Amino acid sequence: MFTNAGTSSFTTFLSRVAPEMLPGRRPLPPGMAADLAPHATTIVAIAAAEGVVMAGDRRATMGNLIAQRDIEKVHPADAYSLVGIAGTAGIGIELMRLFQVELEHYEKIEGAMLSLDGKANRLASMIRGNLGAAMQGLAVVPLFAGFDLAAADPARAGRIFSFDVTGGPYEETGYDAIGSGSLFAKSALKKRFRAGLSVEDATRLAVEALYDAADDDTATGGPDLTRRIYPVVMTATAEGTRRLTDPETAAIAEGVVAGRMENPGG
Amino acid sequence: MAMQFYASPEQIMRDRSELARKGIARGRSAVVLSYSGGVLFVAENLSSALHKVSEIYDRIGFAAVGRYNEFENLRRAGVRMADLNGLSYDRRDVTGRALANAFAQTLGAIFTEQSKPFEVEICVAEVGATADADELYRLTYDGSVNDEPGRMAMGGQAEAITGVLKSQHRADMSLGEAVRVAVQALSTVGGEGGAARTIAANQLEVAVLDRQRVGRTFRRITGAALTALLDGDAAAEGQAADAAGGPAEPVVPTTEGHKPTSSAGSADLEDRPAEGGER
Repeated sequence: MFTNAGTSSFTTFLSRVAPEMLPGRRPLPPGMAADLAPHATTIVAIAAAEGVVMAGDRRATMGNLIAQRDIEKVHPADAYSLVGIAGTAGIGIELMRLFQVELEHYEKIEGAMLSLDGKANRLASMIRGNLGAAMQGLAVVPLFAGFDLAAADPARAGRIFSFDVTGGPYEETGYDAIGSGSLFAKSALKKRFRAGLSVEDATRLAVEALYDAADDDTATGGPDLTRRIYPVVMTATAEGTRRLTDPETAAIAEGVVAGRMENPGG
Repeated sequence: MAMQFYASPEQIMRDRSELARKGIARGRSAVVLSYSGGVLFVAENLSSALHKVSEIYDRIGFAAVGRYNEFENLRRAGVRMADLNGLSYDRRDVTGRALANAFAQTLGAIFTEQSKPFEVEICVAEVGATADADELYRLTYDGSVNDEPGRMAMGGQAEAITGVLKSQHRADMSLGEAVRVAVQALSTVGGEGGAARTIAANQLEVAVLDRQRVGRTFRRITGAALTALLDGDAAAEGQAADAAGGPAEPVVPTTEGHKPTSSAGSADLEDRPAEGGER
């Protein structure tokens, strides 16, 4: 089963040999299942001069309860791209792991990385595969961003793609947010975003936007100073992806909170 | 109706072995050895696009000699198996031993069941925490598998090359020393009148599994970095190791790097600590 000349795509391979491992291929009993499992919430992504920044809060909710305080929703998809998940946490994590393997698998089989648009399209088709479950309330909507190694203009190398539950990748200009708090995060970014931000400024802006989301959306968690749980912030630049260390995010988050002590609206 | 002539099973196996051995001996050789910083692969390869050496998984590499289409088929199978197991269990649960066993089964089945055996010889290498923990498996066309002691040569006149490796190789060599020993061993055969050849850098395919990295450890060494290593310029050696794709200060592996959901990319790029690691 492994030696067929076949495909360079791992999901296509799985659909042939182990379809039960694909999230969209499991039969679900009828009825809504939206309240069954924890939900992951807000993710923001901002294009910067040297690349792109993605940040996510740490809260997962189940109805009115906080299911987890320190969930990690922003992950590297490969060496140059990032993926953040919102929606049903379990399926989201599974989809994200599958996507990571998909990109790595292609790279190993073909000896070359997929283009950034190719990666976005692969992710789109994986989300489309989950449409049945999404219609029963188990929707997953990721945010994808990366550094485009083929970009002609280095200032436009940081690119962001959003998706809907039916797949459909949409390239976003400048910034985007997904999840329950995205309305507030995007409103904040709309007023504060400027083209050509440095990565450093963009990370601060991302944490500010998450603070605004947490301010108005109960499902989004703000910086938790007492437990030292801060947003996950990652960057993708020409040097690759990088996760800001805990002391770095702590410094940014504490700066944002200190600013809000003076002016709660930011 | 054509008459089927009787051929004894011994004769059939002998013929198949001979075919495979001849095919493998015609090609150019490859050398795999452990050194202080990991596992080194050096193959003589005129093509820069069709690889004899490649990555299978985080700490596992693959080298092969013989027919390209046959070992490429096995390599793809290996990548698929490793990725499937890594996804269903954990990245740490993918081992070189399991892969070597799977390859052995496949090669053995092809040798006995198909009319023509695969004319390939394969090395599956897994880099360990120390040179003693490195695992090198040699797989031959008939499905036999051998655990090699830190160095091996295959293809072409492999026995002569193995002789040189045996006398020159030490597990505590630096990368530069290891590359030069490997190239010296490869160049002892095939020269005119038994003299040593010179092999140019563009005829070599060189890659390492870097012991110091977390996540995906496989790196190719090409271009200026490779030339510097071959020239034995001690000052350039450090730079060459960096140019192999690594950060200036390699990260010391920690348990944190093994979170299953975050290690699929190159973890050395993701989790580079601000203070850097020791070399």
